[in-house]
Amino acid sequence: MELSTTDHEILDGDHGPAAADAMQLVLRFAEAVGAPRLLACASAHVDGCLYHGQASLDFVERFVALKGRVKVPTTLNVGSVDLIHPELFIGDAELGAAGRRLMEAHVDLGCTPSFTCAPYQTLLRPRFGDQLAWAESNAIVFANSVIGARTNRYGDFIDLACALTGRVPDYGLHRRENRRARVVVDIDGFEHAGPDQAGGLAVAAGLFVGKHCGDAIAAITGLPRSTSEDDLKALGAAAASAGSVAMFHAVGLTPEAPDLKTATGGQEVPVVARLGPGEVLKILKNLSTVQDAAALTAVALGTPHFSLSEFDRLMPMLDLAPFAVPVYINTGRHEYEQLSRDGQAQRLEAAGVTLVVDTCTYVTAIIRDLSGAVMTNSGKWAYYAPGNLGVDVAFGTLADTLLSAKAGRVVRA
Amino acid sequence: MSARSLVSGNAAGPVLALDEPLSFWGGFDSSSGKVIDRFHTQHGACLSGTVLFMERGRGSSSGASVLAEAIRLGTAPASIILLDEDAIITTGALVAQMLYGIDCPVVAIKDRAAWERLSALPRLAVEAGAERLVITPPE
Repeated sequence: MELSTTDHEILDGDHGPAAADAMQLVLRFAEAVGAPRLLACASAHVDGCLYHGQASLDFVERFVALKGRVKVPTTLNVGSVDLIHPELFIGDAELGAAGRRLMEAHVDLGCTPSFTCAPYQTLLRPRFGDQLAWAESNAIVFANSVIGARTNRYGDFIDLACALTGRVPDYGLHRRENRRARVVVDIDGFEHAGPDQAGGLAVAAGLFVGKHCGDAIAAITGLPRSTSEDDLKALGAAAASAGSVAMFHAVGLTPEAPDLKTATGGQEVPVVARLGPGEVLKILKNLSTVQDAAALTAVALGTPHFSLSEFDRLMPMLDLAPFAVPVYINTGRHEYEQLSRDGQAQRLEAAGVTLVVDTCTYVTAIIRDLSGAVMTNSGKWAYYAPGNLGVDVAFGTLADTLLSAKAGRVVRA
Repeated sequence: MSARSLVSGNAAGPVLALDEPLSFWGGFDSSSGKVIDRFHTQHGACLSGTVLFMERGRGSSSGASVLAEAIRLGTAPASIILLDEDAIITTGALVAQMLYGIDCPVVAIKDRAAWERLSALPRLAVEAGAERLVITPPE
């Protein structure tokens, strides 16, 4: 490997013992993936706040003891507890305490206490072409696809090591030639879909890409003009749940795909599927483990964390309140502050909505009643919650979920 | 031969060759050392103390945490012999070495015939260093 002057300085301890330690890890990782050099990293998003055992905590405490500080702006992914509403956590107290310490120790290293899986929404929006060390599958896909910044699928330990050194290995999606689409998925018959339908379609497209394209980057054609950034977020999250997807192109919608030719780099690539209304309906139907009209015990929204524009879409639907079942919405604390300032948080809570920050209802013990099905508009939540929480799930569009919350059972708009 | 030490250290143990790659996250229980992936053909096998032959890595990056935790608990393989380099396994073993001073040498053999020949032996000793890599049946 060719090391820069900065790399040598970090390795020799000129930037402190924590950076030198972290550098060893970055270099060994780079060797293992065959990277010829390291790049300057613009920001990091660290997914180290979910507790996987004592080693998770020992790793970050080691850098705290060495007085480490992150070298680049670094946001934190969700943790196991809502630090602003700790009473919402109903799991094992010891695990809760370890999870809380893990979150605090990362903040001691200079990480921003964002505790969100969607740092790109308000807090730290990368620029086109930025080289990043990001973890959290949905954030990785969003940064690559929707913003045009560059990151591989980083994760445990290495994300923090890159943050502590400000360096990231040069391989994979950091290089332009590896970012071209290699397959095409064509969506047919949704040109005039409205915003609610576009949300469902995005989830279906994401699940298909995740399941059938694997790590071959897909160019998706035929998504409607009404597809919002929130829908692209949902698409990426669903794709990364169903497969090891790090990037997609939505032709005409995402920055590296103004047209199909640009997305593929001018190369001929196979069309692996054409999805019409029938296929889309089938994919979404398979996401539910219960039939329509099944009784619900909760509605779960905000996986990935709800954006302010999603709250704007939701607010008029509060006229449906009172709801027959609790509605949980995960969001970032940054969005929560904004909602509290302008009075929307109070309106939501008065309507029976529980706002959850810093964590997510599919990774931790928050939803109190799991005896019936939970309805969600999130492909990611629907994909993981049955396994994580042992709960039945019904998938619907945003409008479907609120109507169902009122009815207390699965109904469709 | 182009074999490489990814994580240094010395180890010895009985050989266990996996029929297919295993995701440590969700597929391996660090408290028991057993394969818990229900779809894996070696479901239930105990990997603790073995010289584990695995073609390549698989699955979530959280596998690094699970491997590091298993090394801490003493339930991990004694050594992992890969065919090709894997960043997640390398990271997990390196972190455990850094934190606990426990070696779980990781090697990429890079040559299928050699990897298969070694995986057929009953026991192996591994000496993996930056300059020197020796994998032999123990005396």
